[in-house]
Amino acid sequence: MGSYVVQFLNGLATASSLFLVAAGLSIIFGVTRIVNFAHGAFYMLGAYVAVSLVPHTGGGAVGFWTAVLAAALVVGALGVVMERLLLRRVYRAPELFQLLATFGVVLVVQDAVLLLFGPEERLGPRAPGLEGAVSVLGRAFPAYSLFLIVLGFAVAAALAFLFRRTRWGVLVRAATEDRETVAALGVNEAWLFTSVVALGTALAGLGGALQLPREPVHPAMDVQVIAEAFVVVVVGGLGSLWGAYLASILIGELHAFGILVFPEITLVLVFLVMAVVLVVRPSGLLGRPETAAPGRAAALAAPLLMPPSRRTLAVEVGLAALLAAAPLALDAYALGVLSEVLVYALFAASLHLLMGPGGLVSFGHAAYFGLGAYGAALTATRLGVPMPVALVAGVTLAFAGALLFGRFAVGLGGVYLAMLSLAFAQIAYAVAFQWVPVTGGDNGILGVWPPGWVATPAGFYYVALALCGGAVLFFRRVVFAPFGYALRAARDAAARAEASGIDVRRQRALAFALAGAGAGLAGALYAFLKGSVFPESLGIATSLDALVMVLLGGVHTVAGPVVGAAVYKTLQVILATYTDYWRLVVGATLVALVVAFPQGLVGFAVGRLRAGKARP
Amino acid sequence: MVRPVILALGVVALLAGGLAPAPASAQSTIRIGEINSYSGIPAFTLPYRYGAQLAVEEINASGGVLGRKLEVLFRDDAGKPGDAVTAANNLVAREGVALLAGTFYSHVGLAVSDFANQRKVLFVAAEPLTDALIWEKGNRYTFRLRPGTYMQAAMLVEEAAKLPAKRWATVAPNYEYGQAAVAAFKKLLSEKRPDVEWVAEQWPALGKIDAGATIQALARAKPEAIFNVTFGGDLARLVREGQTVGFFTGKSVVSLLSGEPEYLDPLGAEAPEGWIVTGYPWYSIDTPEHRRFVTAYRERFGDTPRLGSLVGYNTFLAIAAALRKAGSTDTDALVAAMKGLTFQSPIGPITFRASDHQSTMGAFVGRLAIRDGKGVMVDWRYADGARYLPDERAAAAMRPAD
Repeated sequence: MGSYVVQFLNGLATASSLFLVAAGLSIIFGVTRIVNFAHGAFYMLGAYVAVSLVPHTGGGAVGFWTAVLAAALVVGALGVVMERLLLRRVYRAPELFQLLATFGVVLVVQDAVLLLFGPEERLGPRAPGLEGAVSVLGRAFPAYSLFLIVLGFAVAAALAFLFRRTRWGVLVRAATEDRETVAALGVNEAWLFTSVVALGTALAGLGGALQLPREPVHPAMDVQVIAEAFVVVVVGGLGSLWGAYLASILIGELHAFGILVFPEITLVLVFLVMAVVLVVRPSGLLGRPETAAPGRAAALAAPLLMPPSRRTLAVEVGLAALLAAAPLALDAYALGVLSEVLVYALFAASLHLLMGPGGLVSFGHAAYFGLGAYGAALTATRLGVPMPVALVAGVTLAFAGALLFGRFAVGLGGVYLAMLSLAFAQIAYAVAFQWVPVTGGDNGILGVWPPGWVATPAGFYYVALALCGGAVLFFRRVVFAPFGYALRAARDAAARAEASGIDVRRQRALAFALAGAGAGLAGALYAFLKGSVFPESLGIATSLDALVMVLLGGVHTVAGPVVGAAVYKTLQVILATYTDYWRLVVGATLVALVVAFPQGLVGFAVGRLRAGKARP
Repeated sequence: MVRPVILALGVVALLAGGLAPAPASAQSTIRIGEINSYSGIPAFTLPYRYGAQLAVEEINASGGVLGRKLEVLFRDDAGKPGDAVTAANNLVAREGVALLAGTFYSHVGLAVSDFANQRKVLFVAAEPLTDALIWEKGNRYTFRLRPGTYMQAAMLVEEAAKLPAKRWATVAPNYEYGQAAVAAFKKLLSEKRPDVEWVAEQWPALGKIDAGATIQALARAKPEAIFNVTFGGDLARLVREGQTVGFFTGKSVVSLLSGEPEYLDPLGAEAPEGWIVTGYPWYSIDTPEHRRFVTAYRERFGDTPRLGSLVGYNTFLAIAAALRKAGSTDTDALVAAMKGLTFQSPIGPITFRASDHQSTMGAFVGRLAIRDGKGVMVDWRYADGARYLPDERAAAAMRPAD
């Protein structure tokens, strides 16, 4: 009995840690609608600032808590800097474009932390006065964990008071409900946003600083916490404080008791919980259904896409000729990189079909890329089928996976859909990771090389050019086919589309399946390009790559994903060759591009061209 | 104002700049391609790189190899196998390296080893621990230096079998390294001590251990001894939580790699005393060769060596020895030279076995203690890797045909 009580308390302590990070994320999202990817970075900065301050704050309980609070304040101030210098400039950009900006901040902070604090882990002090254990039903339980449980609840209650009882809190809640109306009523939006980001990031910093007695501070803390913080926010219901608290406890307790029964569950538990909750309750535990139809914001910002003009076609024919002639001028390595760019261009183009014309954001597009890679690799190595058959197998597997996911996903919108797609990808990742006899686990599948002439750099390049180029053109054709128009109608005005006889759910499910098949082809080709497949191909980083490429190129353009892929991938490869601090450069470049081209690179170019034409 | 045309030109220039071949440099040096996760896990790869640099500088100062200097091209793989293959392609197809070396993560090592097999180029894997590299997925072109998971588990089993404990629990990160280590340890200990019982196992996700819940789950089974495979941040959390609630009191703990300075140093004064570990007590290895290595390393870099430093140093000593023995940079000659190659390292002679391409580099086995507020290994002995490998015929039988 005592052991179950202690296990329950362990779950609560974990829940408190989770909640402190998730609360800030939830508040920021609620008001600004920004998916703040950098929230984990602020959490990590909080821990680093605290561990650096502790030796200088005089020791003892006073010194320790001074350092923790100072860390929260410093991080809150850094949050204000990010809001003022960066976010402020992109509030009016298309939906999710801010994600790209915060992703740039993540990369910059990762390298900045390495440069400032060094790569080694740093173990902070225990909390003075709370070093030991207390006896709970005859079993020892850490005093600090007990303290965290109380603190988590106290913070939740204080925030609830702030939102219910102060004018500022009322405004924040109003802005969470309806930003436009609050602005129309004359509330100083700029000030409100800045203060909300300050509070949210300060909470992240506090959460990081409070981890000092529990874990060493290290440069990968940010990635470890961000995904779970998002899960808590979404499971609880966006913008719902108590929802986030409840979700933290649900996850903390399921984890604490889950490992008693099934120790391997640790890999995937949080994402399983999220998938189940979202399928049963599409708006999270305590969230209310979104008032706006999914994609409303996107529709407002989306320009009408026009079929390519004659001039555009001429440019494209020239580009195709240039690409076809590339093997004459480039060496084997350059052809390899260019093949990789082609593969990623297709991957990004397939995601773009969902995000642009579909208005459906996916944080888990790697699922289909990975399914394609595994489908091809498994059939090629285990069954020994020839490469074309393996490619078809990969595409088929990805198509089937996307069809299955589409069934669950079409009813959801906005960030909920994005997070359910992430959950699906993480579950696929866990299967690839854990099902060792079939997938080889994290040691992957080796020896997936193309046969004969395809194995030469030029041979593979031509195969990739034909398949990826063909598929990208196909995706563009889709946008201007009746199906594409129906999809865009469903995005811009779902109710009207339904009324005109368009089966919105069906269109969306079909878009998922098509996008999945495209990503699957990219993944299958990637397997043959690299010769091996690992669970990484299904991982969050791969999904992020595609997302960054689409956003960088411009969501509401057709050529955007291709240009985004070319720029991002090339930048990465070049920088990784010459510097270990490529993240700093790539991140800073992303931030600069976001500020300079809030419509994406191609979106900007198209806008300029149109503006030029409009002039007499 | 930025014109779209300028933007387009910028994109094309970026592509062209990135892909255009660099001006060919005169091949007066022997180029070696080195791939590692420098941006991903610098705490481990930086000491490795320092060790490699020290070896190459010393070799070049004494005239190089085959009358030529060694030139190492370091590339970052960002911890991703796909990026590692891109880097390998860059090194082989464009830079014309004679061989590849390096890697830390097991899956990255496997991806590069498969690339080496496909492109028929020698790959000296430095740090990956997975034994798939030399056994199930071994290939003609891949050799591995560091003692693998099986060897290190076998070294600890020798000590574990001497303990009176019968009820054992295991805690290991949930991926191949953890799984393989636990499987090897259980198999070997059960063979030596049929009376041993396995009462609990925990598999926290790497980097995400919930220490309180994990320890409570282990405590429920009332084990007398623990086999630990967690490391880094997970280990620190496990140790601190366990010491707070007195979990380790009266229990024997046998722990993989925890004596390596990379993992021991961050624990500071909280290093768990009495744990039986594998590691690298550089501060008390008192042979002239090793003292010379430590002095040179500290003078050159102003830092104390980690295990990675020794592995990096040994990797390049081995490569130089192979080049000398082969008498050329031809891959077939190099592969032939690597088989059975013996070279002198700061911790004694090391041989690459011809049967499975594994080196006999060993590890140090001892107990943790605290001296001057820092964790150290005491009562240690050097466990020669050759004694903890399956015999050569059995090892060769585990490999696919070349």
